[in-house]
Amino acid sequence: MKLLVPVKRESRIALGVAFFIFFVALWSFLSLSGAVPKHFLATPWQTLVSGWNLFATQGFTHDVGMTIWRVVGGFVLAAVIAVPLGIAMGVYKPIEAFFEPFVSFARYLPASAFVPLLILWVGIGEAQKLTVIFIGCFFQLTLMIAMIVSGTRRDLVEAAYTLGCKDSGVIRRVVLPGAAPEIAEALRQVLGLGWTYIIVAELIGASSGIGHMITDSQALMATDHIIAGIVVIGLVGLLSDVAFKKVNQHLFSWSLLR
Amino acid sequence: MSRLSIRGVSKTFPGHKRNVPPTQALLPIDLEVGDNDFITVLGPSGCGKSTLLRLVAGLETPTAGEIQLDGTNIVGAGADRGVVFQSYTLFPWLNVRQNICFGLREKGMKLSEQREISDRFIAQVGLRGFEDHFPKQLSGGMQQRVAIARALANDPKILLLDEPFGALDNQTRVLMQELLLGIWEQAQKTVMFITHDIDEAIFMASRVVVFSARPGRIKTELAVDLPHPRHYTVKTTPEFMALKARLTEEIRVEAIAADH
Ligand SMILES: Nc1ncnc2c1ncn2[C@@H]1O[C@H](COP(=O)(O)OP(=O)(O)O)[C@@H](O)[C@H]1O
Ligand SMILES: [Mg+2]
Repeated sequence: MKLLVPVKRESRIALGVAFFIFFVALWSFLSLSGAVPKHFLATPWQTLVSGWNLFATQGFTHDVGMTIWRVVGGFVLAAVIAVPLGIAMGVYKPIEAFFEPFVSFARYLPASAFVPLLILWVGIGEAQKLTVIFIGCFFQLTLMIAMIVSGTRRDLVEAAYTLGCKDSGVIRRVVLPGAAPEIAEALRQVLGLGWTYIIVAELIGASSGIGHMITDSQALMATDHIIAGIVVIGLVGLLSDVAFKKVNQHLFSWSLLR
Repeated sequence: MSRLSIRGVSKTFPGHKRNVPPTQALLPIDLEVGDNDFITVLGPSGCGKSTLLRLVAGLETPTAGEIQLDGTNIVGAGADRGVVFQSYTLFPWLNVRQNICFGLREKGMKLSEQREISDRFIAQVGLRGFEDHFPKQLSGGMQQRVAIARALANDPKILLLDEPFGALDNQTRVLMQELLLGIWEQAQKTVMFITHDIDEAIFMASRVVVFSARPGRIKTELAVDLPHPRHYTVKTTPEFMALKARLTEEIRVEAIAADH
């Protein structure tokens, strides 16, 4: 192993798959050997079968769909406000001075702790779920974007002024294209964050969604269902992440040049 | 008539913290640059050369004095003063052609016209075939050629260059000097070129302005009457040598002063 030297594509895939195999093997050993009792930890095979049944007979597709819509919905709402606000804070320092202290404070408020409050305020419907995701994503995203935009290269901004740009032109033609790849990357990371909040939002007062299925399964001690639910979240999260990454690489290929 | 006129311009940078004293970068400067002059500003590093250029470019405001271009006071940066910086400042998300057209697009010029102009300057800086390359795919010398083309495409009244070849290796730098001088001999432009390299200052200039050590002020001005078109071989002529000897002595004194 040499420091910082990338590995070939084939070996990278092989290594990544190897760990999954190791993980499943460990899981099988723990559950099959009886080291952990069956009713606490279902076997991988049992989980796979139950997972299949969830989709085939228990309408789990609807739950997954609801969960995805809540995450994406809350995330998009957060992004629609956070992106312009973050950009404004990044370029106009008085706006930053106005919002930054509060947003920094709000970022540390745990989104999950808002669940009981939100149930009182907006009920147990979709609004509550969307709001939890929104709170979880919004402040983080705003700060990240403000920081990215603040990091705009001053020399490029000056070059644009000497080429005849006014402030609006500099924002449109230098700040935005320069920050776009990093903003897209921040969106990708924060979408991942959204996934970690959804289950909490669905644990209380939901009649559908992956989190709802998990809560129901807990009452029945159906660990196979719980694990299947967790794995599905992992897979959907991973898929959205990979898709996001691909789109970013395609849109901003210039930023990958070395 | 002189195109650029700098009258009593000085610059003091305020100290940032309480116990940091303000930096006096430029003492009051008077300088007239005539139409189609190629002046080079020569001085040891830290003497305020970049500050002067940034004042003319409108990227800094003078502490005192006034700067006029064609008889009107300059206010802020503008397309009438093209700038080539020492650091590479091409827009990394735009290819060579798009970089060169940046200012033209800002003016709202028709695409066909943009194309015509960019074609001309791409050819002039020898980058045909590289139109679709991105800055990171180019060498340092090529990037600076694009930067020169980008500034010239805007057809500025004056071209300001701040040690544009300072980061290049020696061979490339000499080629770039010839290229820029060739463009100037053909196109006739008013140019203000900052450098700390004596050969470079003499080779390109119709007039060399020598700066003193910080705080900067003009120490001497020297006309360079070497004939045009100039070829690099001019550097071995006795006239060139004589100018070089004189400037070397001037600069040496300032460099020693700057060091103490
Ligand atoms: N923005 C600034 N704030 C404070 N001091 C500055 C600033 N820009 C330049 N200076 C100071 O002014 C002096 C002249 O700098 P500069 O014009 O860059 O010199 P040169 O280009 O001749 O090397 C230096 O001492 C430098 O530290
Ligand atoms: Mg300098």
